[in-house]
Amino acid sequence: MKWPTIAVAAALLVPAIRAQPADIETLHVQGNVFALFGGGGNVTVQTGPEGVLLVDTGLADAAPKLMAAIRKLSPGAVRYVINTHVHADHTGGNAALVKMGATPEMPGPARVIAYLNVMDRMSTPAPGEPAVPAANWPNDTYSTPYKDLFFNGEAVFVTHIPNAHTDGDSIVFFRKSDVLAVGDLFMPDLYPFIDLAHGGSVNGLIAGLNKILEIAVPAKYQEGGTMIVPGHGRLCDEADVVEYRDMVTIVRDRVQDLIKQGKTLDQVKAAKPSRDYDTQYAAQGAFISADAFVESIYKSLKP
Amino acid sequence: MKLHTGLAAVLLLAATGPLFAQQDFAGEWAPLYHEDGPERLPGPELADYTELPLNDAARLRADSWDADRISVVEQYQCRPHGADYSMRGLGNLRIWADVDPITQKIVAIHTHLLAWDSERTIYLDGRPHPSANAPHTWQGFSTGVWEGNMLTITTDHLKENYIRRNGVPRSDKAIFTEHWTRHGDYLTVTTVIEDPVFLTEPLVRSDNWYLDPGQHIGIFGCEYASELPKPEGTVPHHLPGTNPYLHEFANYYGLPYDVTRGGAETLYPEYRSKITGYHPPDHCTRYCTCTTLFNCNLP
Repeated sequence: MKWPTIAVAAALLVPAIRAQPADIETLHVQGNVFALFGGGGNVTVQTGPEGVLLVDTGLADAAPKLMAAIRKLSPGAVRYVINTHVHADHTGGNAALVKMGATPEMPGPARVIAYLNVMDRMSTPAPGEPAVPAANWPNDTYSTPYKDLFFNGEAVFVTHIPNAHTDGDSIVFFRKSDVLAVGDLFMPDLYPFIDLAHGGSVNGLIAGLNKILEIAVPAKYQEGGTMIVPGHGRLCDEADVVEYRDMVTIVRDRVQDLIKQGKTLDQVKAAKPSRDYDTQYAAQGAFISADAFVESIYKSLKP
Repeated sequence: MKLHTGLAAVLLLAATGPLFAQQDFAGEWAPLYHEDGPERLPGPELADYTELPLNDAARLRADSWDADRISVVEQYQCRPHGADYSMRGLGNLRIWADVDPITQKIVAIHTHLLAWDSERTIYLDGRPHPSANAPHTWQGFSTGVWEGNMLTITTDHLKENYIRRNGVPRSDKAIFTEHWTRHGDYLTVTTVIEDPVFLTEPLVRSDNWYLDPGQHIGIFGCEYASELPKPEGTVPHHLPGTNPYLHEFANYYGLPYDVTRGGAETLYPEYRSKITGYHPPDHCTRYCTCTTLFNCNLP
């Protein structure tokens, strides 16, 4: 697989997830926070007397169903949107949900927060990438290590994770509800998509997973406590992230060892360094194949 | 008068007879270790995968496992056994039931195990299992149905854990089925683990407990601490082909190496006829009896 394959994979992300059924499932995570599944990437919803805060907005065409699910949780205005990264399955509904989420009392527009690089990627797409409508762009970017705000009675921390899944990743911690929304840094049933074309790297991803572990605190015997909303897949806690961090670290170490032995990309792929994880994270039809995962690590590490 | 007496007898029979099948499992239960004692008590030996229907992925995962991970990665230190491993009887067990006051049916059974104070609820009220998007836990989500006097329990939503304490994995996609039967003061639990990620066929085992009304289950307690300082994010493991301990088990017991690698074929009696090169030690020096932790001939 040549280098452009990864970029093509990025472009294919939306069609891959678009094929999923668009029925929205809502689960209460804990405290003021809920998670919506089925609209592309997972959408995290914080509600309270001041309105609604969303982490990610799913696919554009899922917006009406997502809004209907949000309205079952709160009649309040959508006041904030925080994008965990640039991909369209997490940002496609920005404009639509901001528009549909406005109320006569709070006509908006809502603040759409993202790391600066998300804005750069959207406003200046790479050659061959589709343009992103300006209405979907963030209107409140940050370029510091973190940003915080206070909404619905709790502190909300937005932390930038450099060069991980992409170069514009943010994780969002709801301190009172004790919930972390982490975007595609973590997907419990899938290999990570290390989007090299958009500034991702395996070591940045591992650093991001370790940052999640640093923030999360289990309630008792490594269970519960801080709950984690992944970019795709089921609700998790710290122990689930540990398994994932270990997997990425171990496969990274194996690829690094093969590179030190002077193996070429084809030889590394032939060695199948992820083969004991493939049945778990690269089931038939999975978006990121074992080969694509290994290739992204190799290209991320190869000097 | 006679008619009234007869009616009363019928009513009494109806009140005490098996209007619906259910069994009383409530009580304090102590584990018996006459099956698989060495594996369950002192713990399995490294690279002993015998009698496990593992696939290649599970085998490599176990080969790569390094026990230092427990010392280095804090999050492993207070990690409990999963529901399936707990029922291998690694601690004393308490069982109690919730009874519907109107119907007198058991609507839920609870278990408490010494190890990690693990508690589980087995719902018998017909409720569905949670959504696939719901969190997974160490004890999972359990529902039970009566099959005569046998209780059959289905558990899913398990966190990833181990089938054997030497790194053999069990995935979070596994389904754990138990069949509980009581014979007087003995409880037999037959367990079936189906794991599409790591097993090529169901793993069937059984464990036994005896009723021990005087049993006292203490507080477990666990607090993690850095035991072996390493740089942040270190995950100890053996690179493929570098684990120096894989042959120890085979060499000590004089077993051909292939036998120790497990796989579905090794579960069945016919496999014995295929084994060549088995040279057992002259006499047993460790794990010879192993029916309690204190008579395992530990070196």
